[in-house]
Amino acid sequence: MLDVERIRNDFPILSRTVHGKPLAYLDNAATSHKPRAVIQALSEYYETYNSNVHRGVHSLSMEATDRYEEAREKVARFINAGAPESIIWTRNATESINLVARSWGESNISEGDEIVLTRLEHHSNLVPWQRVAAKKGAVLKFLDLTEDGRLDLDGADSVINTKTKLLAVTHVSNALGTVVPVKELAGMARSVGAAVLVDGAQSVPHQPVDVEELDCDFLAISGHKMMGPTGIGALYARRDVLEQMEPFLYGGEMVLEVSYEGASWNDLPMRFEAGTPNIAGAIGLGAAVDYLAGLGMENVREHEKQLTAYALDGLRGLEEIDLFGPWDVDSRGGILSFYSSDVHPHDLGTFLDQEGVAIRTGHHCAMPLMGALGVPATARASLYVYNTEQEVDTLVDALKRALRYFGDGASAAR
Amino acid sequence: MTQLDDLYQDTILEHSRKPSNFRLLPDANRRAEGFNPLCGDKVSLSLRVDEVGVISDVGFQGTGCAISKASASMMTESVRGKGVTEVLGLFESFRSMVTRAPGEDFEPGDDLQELEMLAGVREFPIRVKCATLAWHTLAAALNERDETVKTE
Repeated sequence: MLDVERIRNDFPILSRTVHGKPLAYLDNAATSHKPRAVIQALSEYYETYNSNVHRGVHSLSMEATDRYEEAREKVARFINAGAPESIIWTRNATESINLVARSWGESNISEGDEIVLTRLEHHSNLVPWQRVAAKKGAVLKFLDLTEDGRLDLDGADSVINTKTKLLAVTHVSNALGTVVPVKELAGMARSVGAAVLVDGAQSVPHQPVDVEELDCDFLAISGHKMMGPTGIGALYARRDVLEQMEPFLYGGEMVLEVSYEGASWNDLPMRFEAGTPNIAGAIGLGAAVDYLAGLGMENVREHEKQLTAYALDGLRGLEEIDLFGPWDVDSRGGILSFYSSDVHPHDLGTFLDQEGVAIRTGHHCAMPLMGALGVPATARASLYVYNTEQEVDTLVDALKRALRYFGDGASAAR
Repeated sequence: MTQLDDLYQDTILEHSRKPSNFRLLPDANRRAEGFNPLCGDKVSLSLRVDEVGVISDVGFQGTGCAISKASASMMTESVRGKGVTEVLGLFESFRSMVTRAPGEDFEPGDDLQELEMLAGVREFPIRVKCATLAWHTLAAALNERDETVKTE
């Protein structure tokens, strides 16, 4: 078992108050907080070896390059990627998916090909494929959901068929928390020769993720959701697939030799990293990976599972709310999305904020999914390894009071 | 009274639960749609403006939080029977009431009347768009702009 109180001491922000109340930060699916080790890695870089990478022969540049490349190796090990050249630094998971869509997608997807997504996808794993489909004359197909927000696997083997060129699926839904059986779906995609992209923005921070085991070609990673800085993300791509891909951005660093007439491309991974990268961000993400690996991702997942079960129990008692997604914690990440027809999520969010409870309200960048659920928006609490049962109690208690406050007997409840 | 109670006054909660003029006019001659992409709030507004420029009837439908619904409801009550120019002036008064800096002194104009109830929104800057969505949509309808109004 993890010592959560000790973990909390590593996160300076968790000791602050909001409106005079202790902060209960339950918006981790939007972004996570940073442990002191990450914050220190950033300031250490700027204070002691700030320099550009892969360019200078001076000591600072060499130190920066070493630390920057070490961070890449850390991320590669963290997801069992084998060679660090399979890790491309990006700004975020969105850019990682766009890189695949523009570079791999536009040269491998042709007219009549099918791209299979799920109904759960975040806009970042939907809109890029809509554009590829529109440009290339390809067709988007969707894997449907069951009543409780799981993937409906019954029809999956007909949706994934010989026309499928790519399966692009989220690993854990940011809107419902559903854990998608990626390995099983990837098996179906493989059997018809399709490539597989996994949006790992909500899984890599919270559970062990092994790209060999998932058998995916691409994995999109968000840095800031896994305790790293904002503005840094990564794309894992299988080495042999990456070798065949056209660069995404052109400029410095990604070239080998340039004349006025043309250029040749640098080796992997630099070929996909034009311009000065987010050096501090990559080093900070490396520190975040060290921190998470130190906790052990199995332990992180176990803590969140227990806390999710505890939260489900607490929320089950609130008759006024509908909770979306699977009730079984093996099929759900630490994301709890709910709706009450009596109180708009935005009003709930404002009420909870006054109690120091931070949740997300809105469409969670999944507007089509909100439409399919028949709600304009939901309120979403999302957990991380530093959250406690006490914070969940604070949430449930504040929710009860909010429902009374906005419910019909409002004035009496004040 | 806490800031929260100041925001969610009883009158506002009443309007949000039972909004006035929550219907679309079959014989409207001005219409507009409003959308707040941040929270997904939507409002459809329909009006009838008579030949001398007076709003003779107004109705709305939509989904949204208590603030956006109450604001739309109160707006429809306050603009019926008023001339277009007067209503656009009222929008300006309303906007300056809800967008001034928190804590800043403010003398509401006489024209606001019940709309003053929404003054508490100023302490919650992120919610100002909820309160102004219906008004922006109204301005678009009166100016006969066709596109969906967005608060972003």
